[in-house]
Amino acid sequence: MSHVNKPAKRRRFSLAANIALLPMALTVLFAYLGTMLWTMRVSVSSSRTFPADDFVGAAQYVRLFNNERWLLSLHNLLVYGVLFIIACMVLGFLLAVFIDQKVAAEGVLRTVFLYPYAMSFVATGLVWQWMLNPELGIQEVLHKLGFEQARFDWIIDQDMVIYTVVIATVWQASGLVMALMLSGLRGIDEEIWKAARIDGIPRWRVYASIVLPMLGPSVSTAFVLLFVMVVKVYDAVVAMTQGGPGTASEVPAKFIMDYLFGRANIGLASAASVVLLTTVLAIVVPVYFVRNRAGKGKAAR
Amino acid sequence: MNKTNKTAGAIALALAAQAALMAPAMAQNPAPLKATVIHWWTSGGESAAIRQFADAYNKAGGQWIDQAIAGADQSRATTINRIVGGNAPVAAQFNTSQQFRDIVDQGLLNNIDDVAIKGNWDQIMPPSILNAIKVKGHFYAAPVSIHMPAWFFYSKAAFKKAGIADEPKTWDEFLADLARLKAAGVVPLAFGGQVWQEKITFDAIFAMVGGQELYLKVYRDRDQAAVKSDAFKQVLVAFKKLRGFTDAGAPGRNWNDATAMVITGKAGVQIMGDWAKGEFSAAKQTAGKEFGCFPGFGPKSPYIVAGDAFVFPKSSNVDVIKAQKLLATSMTSPAAQVAFSERKGSIPIRGDVDDSTLDLCAKQGIAIMKDKSRQLPNSEMLTSPDTNGALQDVLTNYWNKNQSADDAQKAFASALKE
Repeated sequence: MSHVNKPAKRRRFSLAANIALLPMALTVLFAYLGTMLWTMRVSVSSSRTFPADDFVGAAQYVRLFNNERWLLSLHNLLVYGVLFIIACMVLGFLLAVFIDQKVAAEGVLRTVFLYPYAMSFVATGLVWQWMLNPELGIQEVLHKLGFEQARFDWIIDQDMVIYTVVIATVWQASGLVMALMLSGLRGIDEEIWKAARIDGIPRWRVYASIVLPMLGPSVSTAFVLLFVMVVKVYDAVVAMTQGGPGTASEVPAKFIMDYLFGRANIGLASAASVVLLTTVLAIVVPVYFVRNRAGKGKAAR
Repeated sequence: MNKTNKTAGAIALALAAQAALMAPAMAQNPAPLKATVIHWWTSGGESAAIRQFADAYNKAGGQWIDQAIAGADQSRATTINRIVGGNAPVAAQFNTSQQFRDIVDQGLLNNIDDVAIKGNWDQIMPPSILNAIKVKGHFYAAPVSIHMPAWFFYSKAAFKKAGIADEPKTWDEFLADLARLKAAGVVPLAFGGQVWQEKITFDAIFAMVGGQELYLKVYRDRDQAAVKSDAFKQVLVAFKKLRGFTDAGAPGRNWNDATAMVITGKAGVQIMGDWAKGEFSAAKQTAGKEFGCFPGFGPKSPYIVAGDAFVFPKSSNVDVIKAQKLLATSMTSPAAQVAFSERKGSIPIRGDVDDSTLDLCAKQGIAIMKDKSRQLPNSEMLTSPDTNGALQDVLTNYWNKNQSADDAQKAFASALKE
């Protein structure tokens, strides 16, 4: 019985628990932090095919930010990221609200909307490529139907191609947002709805002013997931456009892969990875802290 | 009981007899030389081709252990990782280019000087290939194929439809033919708008329009004055002219889809490497019958040389070195070269072979290779992968954007400087 009084002490000395945690700790240490530090080290060396152990300062970074394609990739990432996250959030939320109306065959619809997320984008991206190709896809069908003037050739248009990537990936990811939002909606107390009904508040107003703020955790989870998808967007671009036409739909992840493998310049690729990582941390860390504080605040209440 | 014992006894006897028979053979030929070979030839025709090398090596007393990795980049990355990790393969594929120059400089490859000197490589192989595999006087790779990345393949049906009787002899005739194809309602140029395809098209035009001298000045000597010359600007202008002869579906198209357009007669010409012949033969078409091929304009046009080679990672193990030498010998032997080329679509790396079983285009290629003045190394042999990539970026921007030739020329010059 005396043990019960010393739970803290027992936790401190639990060898078994520490041993059980060891593999995970080592994984974090070597596979995550270790490789991260290694990448940073390589990024300040003159490495090409092989890692070199010299020190060239910020030379790789200077070269990186003088590279037109890298700057374009960053610009594309910004445009893509903003549109993708907003569109996914709005569509995902609307889909969740729609399904929350106690529609018939809810299970089927949920599966349908979530299904794109379950499929590899390397495969579905190819289908999108065909659909968007002006000589095979939607435009050709419209022409055959008699709409000779119809034009939908964004995928071959320098200025519009990045939007086709947005469309295809929104199709893929909005189902995920829907699932997250739906679970949030299901957690809302029925009493709130009853109270709102008694007060005669229109449904849309309840969603906008009461329900949405209560979905905070779901929204921030969705945001973090979407944000990570934005930063690592690669498969969609490779499957749909290969970064083209020209370099119009290049993204940072593809830049890194190209320089890492095809162009045998791991120094530059590492510098690009570090820049990308810094960007991610700069955005995700504040979100994480805000969410944590909100969570603690709630617990205190 | 008795019966089974008898059977067992008989089997034991038979085994003993066999062992006795095999013993002398084993003594002569200890264990086969095992060789792990990394390569990226995974498609139907390609794997049939590499099998010829494996058979030749096995016949010569080795044991080929195949490690095919899909995707050239992936395959090369695996090789480099395994070399760094101390688990190097016995041999690994690279393109005959500067891709393996860093590994040579780091001293991580065995040279195969014995084999090369014994096989008289300096005499039988084309100089551009020798330049790529020979570093500081040592041979570091065994070239196995010569690919010419800029053949012109055309549909005879489409040419007939447009009323074109002969293959074009000059660049201007070619442009006129493209215009006639367009007028006949055919897509003149089957084009795949991916960076590497744009690059080989450019290099083809560069060699034809700019000439060999300018080509070498730019790619080999990185001569800034040559890049800034008016002649080079004319090359850029000529390259962009082709864009008007492509169709709207070109951006992003795969090369084999573009070849299919020529096969079906939907398009007139494709500028592509000789590997495209695999697509034609898969569609049961033969060179000279349904489709034609020419490597450039006129009898003196340059012939761009590219290809594949195997490198041999450093090892001090006697058996590994033996295996590496045996591999280099058997892969470059005339019989294996012909058997390989038939299936791969390339031409043999040596001129002293019997080419009677090869197709029309390959025969033409072998004949041209005899004239050393027509041989031109491809840009990857002359520039590092990094520089080559930067040039690809410049060209794809110029091709796809509304960019002037002057701006492209400036961008090209600065990419070449890096």
